[in-house]
Formats: sequence, structure tokens, C-alpha cells
Amino acid sequence: MKGHLGQRILQVLPTLLLVSILVFCLQQLMPGDPALVLAGEERDPQVLAQIRAELWLDRSLPIQYLHWIGGVLQGDLGFSWRIRQPVLQLVATKLPVTLQLGVMAFIIAVGIGVPMGILSAVKRNTKWDYIANGIGLAGLSTPNFWLGIMLILLVSVKLGWLPPSGYVSLAEDWRQSLATTIMPAFVLGNAIAAVLMRHTRSAMLTAMDQDYVRTARAKGLPERVVILRHALRNALVPVVTLGALELGTLLSGAVLTEQVFSIPGFGKLIVDAVFNRDYPVVQGVVLVTATVYVMLNLLADVLYVVINPRMRGA
Amino acid sequence: MSAVIGQPTATVRIPVAQSPRRIAVQRFCRRPAAIIGMFVVAVFIITALLAPWIAPYDPIKTSWTMIRKAPSWANWMGTDENGRDVLSRVIWGARASMMAGLVSVAIAASIGVPAGLAAGFIGGRTDMVLSRVVDTMLAVPNLILAIALAAFLGPSLQNAMIAIGITAAPIFMRVARGATMDAATNDYVEAARALGNPAWRVAVRHVLPNIVPPILVQATLAIAGAIIAEAALSFLGLGQQPPAPSWGSMLNSAQRFLSQAPWLAIFPGAAIFLCVMSFNLVGDGLRDALDPRGK
Repeated sequence: MKGHLGQRILQVLPTLLLVSILVFCLQQLMPGDPALVLAGEERDPQVLAQIRAELWLDRSLPIQYLHWIGGVLQGDLGFSWRIRQPVLQLVATKLPVTLQLGVMAFIIAVGIGVPMGILSAVKRNTKWDYIANGIGLAGLSTPNFWLGIMLILLVSVKLGWLPPSGYVSLAEDWRQSLATTIMPAFVLGNAIAAVLMRHTRSAMLTAMDQDYVRTARAKGLPERVVILRHALRNALVPVVTLGALELGTLLSGAVLTEQVFSIPGFGKLIVDAVFNRDYPVVQGVVLVTATVYVMLNLLADVLYVVINPRMRGA
Repeated sequence: MSAVIGQPTATVRIPVAQSPRRIAVQRFCRRPAAIIGMFVVAVFIITALLAPWIAPYDPIKTSWTMIRKAPSWANWMGTDENGRDVLSRVIWGARASMMAGLVSVAIAASIGVPAGLAAGFIGGRTDMVLSRVVDTMLAVPNLILAIALAAFLGPSLQNAMIAIGITAAPIFMRVARGATMDAATNDYVEAARALGNPAWRVAVRHVLPNIVPPILVQATLAIAGAIIAEAALSFLGLGQQPPAPSWGSMLNSAQRFLSQAPWLAIFPGAAIFLCVMSFNLVGDGLRDALDPRGK
């Protein structure tokens, strides 16, 4: 098991290196001279030359990359052109907001997706199965930004139950914090619930076809015990790992959800940065997102080995 | 001529081997959900093609006397904040969405399929290098990468399609690679090699046609994803630029008038939902129909 994990960790390093090159290359796609963007109205050649020198834009690409990655490895993701703050500091203030939203969304997704998947598998080819599958398909096909808008219309505008936008941190007022994040978390968790439902259904159908489930039934155990103790416990192994991979979807989904609900998180940071042409922030956010995503993939692999008894001896 | 008229003659039914394509079509036709999906997709495609003729009004013509009018007989889906007919904009928006879906997937497939074919067929270092590149691209969540690409390339529908196509390419590469590795072990590939065909010819003439089914399924599902991605980028202001109509940008402007004019948000969103769901239904149907283990 240790060998497998060590190998997997070693595989992550070249991926992260290539991700850093990809993120660095993004800047090269930018039309025109970045110094001109930064200078704004200023067109003095001396000022432009100074900006290019400060940003190392007057060096060759490999040197620029080495300078940039050297800074990244020391925790320097660059400096926001607009807000005039280190990118790392910006990321550090916005990330907890998105994390809170993500954790809540994941809890909602598991709470809806797994029971629906179990129901669908246990009641296979009945109306319950068709309803669960229909809800799952609808969940996968609904753009989360539209779902968000529709929920604001119904829950906030028509019923007045929850605030339509804004964010209050947990430390400030936990009740208000939940009130401002429950709707966006539901929107964010919706698509993942649909994916988890499909995975759970498929894994449960496979598990319920196994000999140990037949044996449990033959022993005369009640159906509830057979399903929950024997089938579900084994079916959850792939579901947990596949579910962990869906955390990447959360990061993508957060961009749109935070935009709809005006939540000042990680997603809103990148969108604002894009419109203000604050490219160091865009690069920093993409790099941090990719690193988090790679680490989550690694965590999913580790989790798979830990919870799967057959892998422990490998 | 000794046969007696009216006397039953014994007939022997000789089983006719059906082609895999025919079997797949029969399986697909047995799935009502897939057929409904196919029908709705066809309606959207026809709507997109015939938009100039079937849209009741000019989608970008503003009218200050018609601002935010509720749905009526004259304007079935109401009018927007600039007095433009929402139905006409939804119809024209279908054109942007369909084009984004098809062009992005064409870009993704034209990058991913040859790369996957090469990685799966050649193997070795080619496979290792290409797989690493794919791992790298998959390490960045799709939409974040598409936003970054669209941001650096500049906001436009064309750049959004390029960004979505590039970010969707790794999945096609993975699917094509897996299917190629599977197909390459077949006897007919060995036979083609033994006949002295060059490797590229074996890959293109013998392997490629046999990896089409999984790629077709992936393409159908990817169109659904690309339509959502285009709507998302347009919603964020990185796709189709105003005043040109697109479902995503319509939703963006609808947000400001949610309490006064909810129809502005309902119809474009419903169009995205219906279109994406239909492509998903067709994709699911195709996957089941083309699955050799299926019945």
C-alpha cells in the first residue's frame, strides 16, 4: 500500500510542474503588450520600459518562467495590478468563503444523491427508479446559474424566506451565515447530487448481485440490514472516491454560483479579475485551483486504498 | 407445377446475421426517452437553422414603447429591458448555442481523437507524453480553464468556442486512447499489419472506424456540456457579446429585473435546460444502444 501511495505522490509532481507551465503560458495568449495594459493611459516609453523590467518581460520566456515559478515556490503568486495586494493574500481571504460553500454543498449533495441512488437501485425498474433517474438527469441538465436565479425568484422574491444575495461569515453570525449560504450551497450541490445518485445506483446494483448479499439474504437477515450493512457498505467504496473527484466540479460551479448570489469568494475573485484584466490574479487563482484539484485527486486515491480492504495488502 | 393452391407449405427461416449498426439502431429505437430527446434536438437544430425566417421580430431591434412587457399574444415570451422580443431572441440564441456546441465539440474531437489514436496505437513514449499533457489539462477544472482562456483570448463567441473546445479535448483523447488500445488487439488489426500496411494506414483505415461508437457517445454528451459552458461564459460576459442574442447573456441581464420581469429569466433558462437534457437523453440512449453487452 505504501509503495502504491508513494508512486502516486511521485506522479503528482510532474503534473504540478506541467500545470505551472500551462498557467504561465496563459499570459502569452494575451493580445498586446502586458506593460501597455498595466500602464493604462500612460504611453511614455521610459515608463513602459520600467514596467517591462519590473515584470521581467524584457527577458526570454524560460527566464521569465523560472523567475515566476521561483516566486511561486516561495509563496509569491504575484501582485494584483488593480487591488495592489499580493495575490496570495487575496486568495487566502477569499478561499475560506468558497470552502464553506463547498463543504455545505457537498453535504447537501451526499444527503440527496446517496439515498436517491439507494432507492433507485433497491426499487429497480419501478416508478421510484424512474422518478429518481428523471430527477438525476434533470439535475445534470440544469445550469446551476439558472437554478440559482429561479430559486432567488421563488424563495427570496416571491416567498421572502431567505436573502437573495450577500454573505455573512460564520464567525460573525452563524445563523445569518447559514441563511445567506444555504441556497447557493443547494444550487452548487445539485449537479453533484445527480452524479452521486448515478454512481450510487450503479454501485448498489453491482453489490446487490454479489454472493455475499445472496448469503446474507439466505441467512434470513431482514432486507433493510442486507441493504444497509452488506450492500451499501461495499457499494460506498467507489462512490466515496468518485465523490471526492467531484470536488473539482464544486470549484468550477462556485464561479457561477458566487456570481449569481454575489458571494465574495474565490469564484467571484477570478471573474472580477478577468474583467479588470488583472492577469496575475487570474493566473494565481487558476494555479491554486489546479493544485487543490490535483491534491483532491490524490486524496481520493489515498481514500480508495484506505477504505478498500483488498487494496490494503497491495 | 405440382403445388396445390391453398395447401400450406413448410417454410424454413434462415437466421440472417444483422449488422451491428442495424442492431444499435433497433436498440436505440426501443428507448422512448432517447427518441423524445432526438426529436427535441431536431427541433432545436431546425429552429437554429431557420431563425431568420421563423423569428417573429428582429432580435436586436429595440423599442422604447415596449420595455419589459409581460408575455402576450403579440409577444409570446414578453419583451426585455430594451423592448426586444424575447421569443425572437430565444430563437436566435438557439443558433449561438447550437453553433457553440457543435463547433466546440468539433475542435475538441479534432484535437483529442488523433492524439488518442496516436497514444493508444503507438504507445511507449508517445503515450506517456500525451497522457501527461492530458493529465495536466484535466488537473484544471474545465470551466476555470475555459474562463482563463477566454479571458486571455478576449471575450467573444468565437474565443469561447475555442476555449471550450480546448478544455474538452482531453476527454476525447482519453476515450479514443482507451478504445484504440482495445481495438488494436483484434485479429483484423494483426492481419492488416501482417499484410504489410504501414502503421498510419492500419490506425486510420482499420482502427479509427472501430472506435467511432464510444467517440460518438462522448461527442453527444460533450455537446450538452459545451452548450452549458457557452451559456456560462456568456452569462459571465465572456461569450457572445451584446446586442447579439445568446441564452447565457439573456440570463445575465435578466438578473437585474427578476422581481419586475421574471419571464426574462424563465424562457432562456428553460431553453438551455431542454436542449441540454435532450442531448443527454440522446447520449444515454446511444451509449446503451452501442454497448456490446446490452440487449
